[in-house]
Amino acid sequence: MSLIEGRTGQWEVVIGLEVHAQVIAKAKLFSGAATAFGAEPNTQVSTIDAAFPGMLPVLNRFCVEQAVRTGLGLAAEINLVSVFARKNYFYPDLPAGYQISQYDRPIVGKGRLTLDLADGTTREIGITRLHLEQDAGKSLHDQHPHATFVDLNRAGVALMEIVSEPDLRSAEEAGAYLRKLRAILRYLGTCDGNMEEGNLRCDANVSVRRSGAALGTRCEIKNVNSVRFVMQAIEYEARRQVELLEDGGTIAQETRLFDAARGITRPMRSKEEAHDYRYFPDPDLLPLVLEESWVKEIGARLPELPDAKKARFIDTFDLSVAEADLLVAEKATADYFEAVAHGRAGKIAANWVTGDLFGVLNKRGVGIEESPVAAAALGELLDLIADGTISGRIAKDVFAAMAETGEGAKAIVQARGLRQVTDSGAIDAAIETVLAREADKIAEYRSGKDKLFGYFVGQVMKATGGKANPALVNERLRTRLG
Amino acid sequence: MTGLTGLTIAAARDGLRQKKFSARELAEAHIAAVAAARPLNAYLVETPERTLAMAADADKRLAAGEGRALEGLPIGIKDLFCTEDVATTAGSRILEGFRPPYESTVTANLWRAGAVMLGKLNMDEFAMGSANVTSAFGAVENPWRRRHDNRPLVPGGSSGGSAAAVAARAALAATGTDTGGSIRQPASFCGIVGLKPTYGRCSRWGIVAFASSLDQAGPMTRTVRDAAIMLGAMAGHDAKDSTSAPIAVPDFEAACARPVRGLRIGIPREYRLDGGPAEIEALWQQGRRWLEAAGASIVEISLPLTKYALPAYYIIAPAEASSNLARYDGVRFGLRVPGESLEAMYEETRGAGFGVEVRRRVLIGTYVLSAGYYDAYYLKAQKVRTLIARDFASAFENCDAILTPTAPSSAFAIGEKMDDPVAMYLNDVFTVPSSLAGLPAISLPAGLSDDGLPLGLQVIGRAFDEETVLAVAAALEAAAGFSAEPAFLAGGRA
Repeated sequence: MSLIEGRTGQWEVVIGLEVHAQVIAKAKLFSGAATAFGAEPNTQVSTIDAAFPGMLPVLNRFCVEQAVRTGLGLAAEINLVSVFARKNYFYPDLPAGYQISQYDRPIVGKGRLTLDLADGTTREIGITRLHLEQDAGKSLHDQHPHATFVDLNRAGVALMEIVSEPDLRSAEEAGAYLRKLRAILRYLGTCDGNMEEGNLRCDANVSVRRSGAALGTRCEIKNVNSVRFVMQAIEYEARRQVELLEDGGTIAQETRLFDAARGITRPMRSKEEAHDYRYFPDPDLLPLVLEESWVKEIGARLPELPDAKKARFIDTFDLSVAEADLLVAEKATADYFEAVAHGRAGKIAANWVTGDLFGVLNKRGVGIEESPVAAAALGELLDLIADGTISGRIAKDVFAAMAETGEGAKAIVQARGLRQVTDSGAIDAAIETVLAREADKIAEYRSGKDKLFGYFVGQVMKATGGKANPALVNERLRTRLG
Repeated sequence: MTGLTGLTIAAARDGLRQKKFSARELAEAHIAAVAAARPLNAYLVETPERTLAMAADADKRLAAGEGRALEGLPIGIKDLFCTEDVATTAGSRILEGFRPPYESTVTANLWRAGAVMLGKLNMDEFAMGSANVTSAFGAVENPWRRRHDNRPLVPGGSSGGSAAAVAARAALAATGTDTGGSIRQPASFCGIVGLKPTYGRCSRWGIVAFASSLDQAGPMTRTVRDAAIMLGAMAGHDAKDSTSAPIAVPDFEAACARPVRGLRIGIPREYRLDGGPAEIEALWQQGRRWLEAAGASIVEISLPLTKYALPAYYIIAPAEASSNLARYDGVRFGLRVPGESLEAMYEETRGAGFGVEVRRRVLIGTYVLSAGYYDAYYLKAQKVRTLIARDFASAFENCDAILTPTAPSSAFAIGEKMDDPVAMYLNDVFTVPSSLAGLPAISLPAGLSDDGLPLGLQVIGRAFDEETVLAVAAALEAAAGFSAEPAFLAGGRA
């Protein structure tokens, strides 16, 4: 928890997040239309999505399964009976004039999510609920000077609204929550978590209070589209509220928008928040009744999730908490690491993945899915170190060459003659060559300047083009210098 | 003038199979009848070319001995059913010019059974009305006239066009939809048979929605057996409608021949209206006697919550309608009246596109769903609805079918009851309770009022027990021997 230092003392920030996560599914929630991102406007729209007269929704069972899977991944109660309700409001990108959502009977109830904090500790955050609902279409205001165009491709796509308890106490925690939630969704394969494409969107409820006091009035910041922006928006909003309160003002409960360009939040037009949504159960849909055995079946097929994986990595591979956190943050990274670590020293594999590999990926700005060095190739490199074919130092160069050329470790070692020299005769010869021109330093060494030993090792390594086995060089040199 | 057009579905079907006449001849006779019935304003769209094309196809199949259940039989379609590429307006200005790119499941089922389309039938706007006077395209006239009184009468509503067309022999049968009585009350007013099946029996897919939890399609015919035959073609589970029941379609026609001997017929004491017309009460008594004579036993039953049905209905139906009609916003189809802003466009479009009764119900519905009023109105009405369904369930422990009048009066004149919406709503007093409970119910013509207008009796059954309803209705029909014809057929329009 971090407190905000105001003019009049410290303030605590209280944050709850509402995340809209687009369900991974080939078809929309209530129509058979496709869901692919980036299609030509209005090419993925059925007459159901466009709310033509007489059209009726039919629930996509797979989306329900995805919601249940997500609920189970959040250790949440699955409600065996839930109800779809209509949320009524007029907007051109909402064809029916209502959104089919869930109101007082959501499919998923209370759950929890474990935050991994920067200091290596963890904290549990409550999940209030998860419900299924349809997405709206998109209003395009920039296509024509006097008209708004509507693209309904997204209309009817399944969303999971995941609501947290107001348990978060800082922008950092909010960021950690979002990253963790995204990781869980990706592990589960229920949402790909891509905030840029808008398939993970976040609204933040922010209030401030004196420590221990009752909750303050909250403001809701709508539709912030990156983890960084969410954190910025919360920082700004909390400061704004503290300043307002310290100046003797009061917080009006309102909906605000984050202006990413200016890094501020500002009120939405009041008209848009004066909605009375007139929720009522959708008479076109029967209550959603789930078989307990079906839910159990989904639970039994749940993949290993980040928390369990982290514990296992620490346990099996002797990793630090920090290393494990880094490796499990993305399922692809964890999978990559496990492929490298399989049958090898896990700690060394972790060092390579979080060190050299992450370095290359960062430099190129690509994800591990597009890594220039495949897990098997990195494994081959590690094997060459392990069997003494190359030294750890040479291995760094080989890795760089692998990333550069896409060639395998063995091929590079072979072609560039980087095989480690383990022939003691050859090393002895190199030692003699070096010592022959270092008479002064030998004298200094013998008079007690022990540190020069390292210098001699370096020189011998240099003379062998780095290929000499460092352990052997040490050993032979020590014998030679007596 | 009624030769081929005066046939029942059963007789026309047999005549076609026996090659007494062709589907083309039957179609041509009906096309002429439709044209002759234009003064009634029953048809909004006539589709003679389609009629003839479908009849030609039917003749081919009949010649090959491959005639289907309704092969070659010309029917009319209430304009609430979306018909592919044929204008569908739901009686509203706001859908003027709308041609659906799809066919409703029920009409598709009918065409698949060989039925031939005559056109689209006028109706109360969005099925909201009991007199067919709220149509944006003009009132429908009832083909009946009172004795010694030439004022035009309403056909009832909302399926007024359907009822008038079938009564005027301008269709062998027609589809209707019933939300609170919209099949049964016009059937009663026009002297024909109207069957509202159990909720979920017919798919709602492609039917313009009024109140989704109540809307149900059904047949409007001149005999009980015809209703059974037509329902058999309309009904069936449809995966596209989540509320459609996954239940097999029984042989409804065979059910009409079932004896009623031994059946227990419930007479609900709450359906006796103080100050109601004596002729309605008398007909109801007559109905009891007919069934008793046929071997059924009569039991007095109580449906104590009946008086709350109408108020509950006029909360639930408008609530759902207010949401269902939100899609008519001028953005994607139908009417758009431009405005200075988005809100202005919405207001202008909906103001111009919806008639006064639709606007009234949208307002009522919006109100009862509003924050602060939901619990007092909508939620309470839903509770009442549940209790009403329970009332029926316990009544059916002691009886197999319930006999009531269909409507509290015979057809009234166009212009009457028009300034008092509540008086108009009272038309549905006998039909709404079974709608709220989702039960099957039929109206059949059983007699004439003192001034010569048809009066209907209603038979209500258990959920998905249309067969008993049909059996009882067939027995009543046989006993009543209703054979009066509307003045329109006798050229009685002075």
